[in-house]
Amino acid sequence: MAAAVNPTSLESAPRIMRLVAECSRSRARAGELRLPHGPVATPVFMPVGTQATMKGITAEQLDALGCRICLGNTYHLGLRPGPELIQKAHGLHGFMNWPHNLLTDSGGFQMVSLVSLSEVTEEGVRFRSPYDGDETLLSPEKSVEIQNALGSDIIMQLDDVVSSTVTGPRVEEAMYRSIRWLDRCIAAHQRPDKQNLFAIIQGGLDADLRATCLEEMTKRDVPGFAIGGLSGGESKGQFWRMVALSTSRLPKDKPRYLMGVGYATDLVVCVALGCDMFDCVFPTRTARFGSALVPTGNLQLKKKQYEKDFRPIDSNCTCPTCQKHSRAFLHALLHSDNTAALHHLTVHNIAYQLQLMSAVRASIVEKRFPDFVRDFMGTMYGDPTLCPTWATEALASVGITLR
Amino acid sequence: MKLNLTKVVNGCRLGKIKNLGKTGDRTMDIPACLLYTKTGSAPHLTHQTLHTIHGVPAMAQLTLSSLAEHHEVLAEYKEGIGKFIGMPESLLYCSLHDPVSPCPAGYVTNKSVSVWGIGGRVEMTASKFMAIQQALQPDWFQCLSDGEASFEEAASIKRARKSVDRSLLFLDNCLRLQEESEVLQKSTVIGVIEGGDVMEERLRSARETAKRPVGGFLLDGFQGNPATLETRLYLLSSVTAELPEDKPRLICGVSRPDEVLECIERGVDIFESFFPYQVTERGCALTFSFDYQPNPEETLLQQNGTQEEIKYVDQTKKIKTTSCNQEMTSFEINLKEKKYQEDFDPLVRGCSCYCCKNHTRAYIHHLLVTNELLAGVLLMMHNFEHYFGFFHSIREALKSDRLAQLKELICRQAS
Repeated sequence: MAAAVNPTSLESAPRIMRLVAECSRSRARAGELRLPHGPVATPVFMPVGTQATMKGITAEQLDALGCRICLGNTYHLGLRPGPELIQKAHGLHGFMNWPHNLLTDSGGFQMVSLVSLSEVTEEGVRFRSPYDGDETLLSPEKSVEIQNALGSDIIMQLDDVVSSTVTGPRVEEAMYRSIRWLDRCIAAHQRPDKQNLFAIIQGGLDADLRATCLEEMTKRDVPGFAIGGLSGGESKGQFWRMVALSTSRLPKDKPRYLMGVGYATDLVVCVALGCDMFDCVFPTRTARFGSALVPTGNLQLKKKQYEKDFRPIDSNCTCPTCQKHSRAFLHALLHSDNTAALHHLTVHNIAYQLQLMSAVRASIVEKRFPDFVRDFMGTMYGDPTLCPTWATEALASVGITLR
Repeated sequence: MKLNLTKVVNGCRLGKIKNLGKTGDRTMDIPACLLYTKTGSAPHLTHQTLHTIHGVPAMAQLTLSSLAEHHEVLAEYKEGIGKFIGMPESLLYCSLHDPVSPCPAGYVTNKSVSVWGIGGRVEMTASKFMAIQQALQPDWFQCLSDGEASFEEAASIKRARKSVDRSLLFLDNCLRLQEESEVLQKSTVIGVIEGGDVMEERLRSARETAKRPVGGFLLDGFQGNPATLETRLYLLSSVTAELPEDKPRLICGVSRPDEVLECIERGVDIFESFFPYQVTERGCALTFSFDYQPNPEETLLQQNGTQEEIKYVDQTKKIKTTSCNQEMTSFEINLKEKKYQEDFDPLVRGCSCYCCKNHTRAYIHHLLVTNELLAGVLLMMHNFEHYFGFFHSIREALKSDRLAQLKELICRQAS
């Protein structure tokens, strides 16, 4: 089922990304996304608020942290509360009262994460609902229809996602199907003027398949491209090579969204490799387990060593948690049944991620990104040379050496 | 600290407590409620979200049951619990127990009282108790006391007598220890009135405790289900009659709007605010009206609304929730009900809380159905604000001699 590229689509996609600065050594870029709900500085980390809420924190708190774009999930919201209700509530923005930008995933990732409940055919993905056993078919058309109702500023194509640990013909099948599904999504998209449809590059860990996918998908003039199918169980060595391959073949004047990446080191390296947008549940999820993110790694605040530690999580952090509270207090609160403990950490971890991206961006704009990377790695690993091998290699591949 | 009564109407006291706090410049209007906390933090709320609530009480309640096990940490911290929990500006009252989770009975002896924390039982003699208070440095604290005479259905006179004797002994010991502590000079001891359901013992407790240099009185043992309070109200009047007018009267374990008014009529000044927390935990929102002088059009609208709510609530009132062993009251609506799925009204029309100004019943319903943490945050914000608004209306009603109207309004909405 070869898809014909509609000539009119070549003119219709908006250029939503404005490049502000580029690193002269690596592929890092600083930019600005122009989206319906306001501008977003890049590189950007987008926290994940799966079910129309950032877990435990209010829209006002999230706004105060400087977040200007976050994620919602089509699969979950499509089931509960459903697109009809959200449409009645004036879209996802109205439903959760979020004044800034929203990006919705297509539901594709759930194919991997809920693989025992799903079955993939050319038609779409058939899911069995874990709540009531009902079957739903999520097709490219249905996914776009739901996302149109949600009204998110960036919507994702439905892709055929396979786990990065899968090998063999299934990977190739999924890659070609994703291209066909991209075309079906483009055709089904009812609101290209209000919502930006991104393509998702697949191809697993196979360089040839990735290259083919890149070549085909970049023929479609969508506003942005995501790099998908990574950040699963693959080795970091394979991971960075696929990211680097992808960014080398993606257009410079469109945003590159690396899906599912959120660990600090990964963010810094992948910015160096030329990525602009990131999302990950890690920072917010790990907060709810009592782990606070810091430049040297993380603090497992439930541990006894923090019982009498009267310092804030990070004395350089400007978040409300660090302004008001000590590790010792958070330790005590984490051992209670007051959920406020989780919220304190969620606020801090989001602040950490956003502050990191801000610092990365400033260093690119001020033409000192390679030095920033060296400092970052030094702080994180004690010495830049103690940085993990894969990261050292990845950075070297784009001209950044860690002395 | 000084309590000035502005007026007393039908036993209800309206007044102002002055010269509160470490710097002696804080005030508190009574009748008042205290901000309920768990392990030093309002439930579900960070400093940020707490401070979007209007009318947060000047004084917060801490519970020794949640803090005693952190004694060592606080002793090393040295700067007191207020600063430790990030509430250095708040007045603090430390009670023995948590009104929501009563402790197992049978652990009071002549020499010690136990509280139950996350890590288990913490046994405290008078010295250990005072050492903990020294580390906490609260503005007020409930003195070590024996509250178990009120646990059993028909406590014996002997048990009631013992509760009074023990509590007085603890009080004298603690006051003596306070004299020897420089740090605790700035803290006020709240004497505890015990005596179970035995009138004679209650009166004895009141008279004897009033002889000591305490800063106020805690009326213990009146908590329980609505039926038990009913039978104890007559005791309450007799007890408060024995207490000096110029010292505040606190009560523990009583927080429902109708019960609050009953107690105010019997001379009680200060209450705990755990009721809005319990409402939150069962996924409900307070919707009762305390607008005792609405305009006629509003009355009609409200009546229609209230009627409907009450009708529906009667059917569902039997819902027992495991988390707080409390039945839903007719002061609230249950947001988990399917009928709220497409209700785009705020929880309460006209409410100025963050939740009502920004979100809908449909959204809260969704958060509850999907088990999202934000449900608790938003409901707690609304329920606290609503409850604090109720207390504000009590003071306003007393000021303008309209408490009877408010009481009638509340009773109409009670089941």
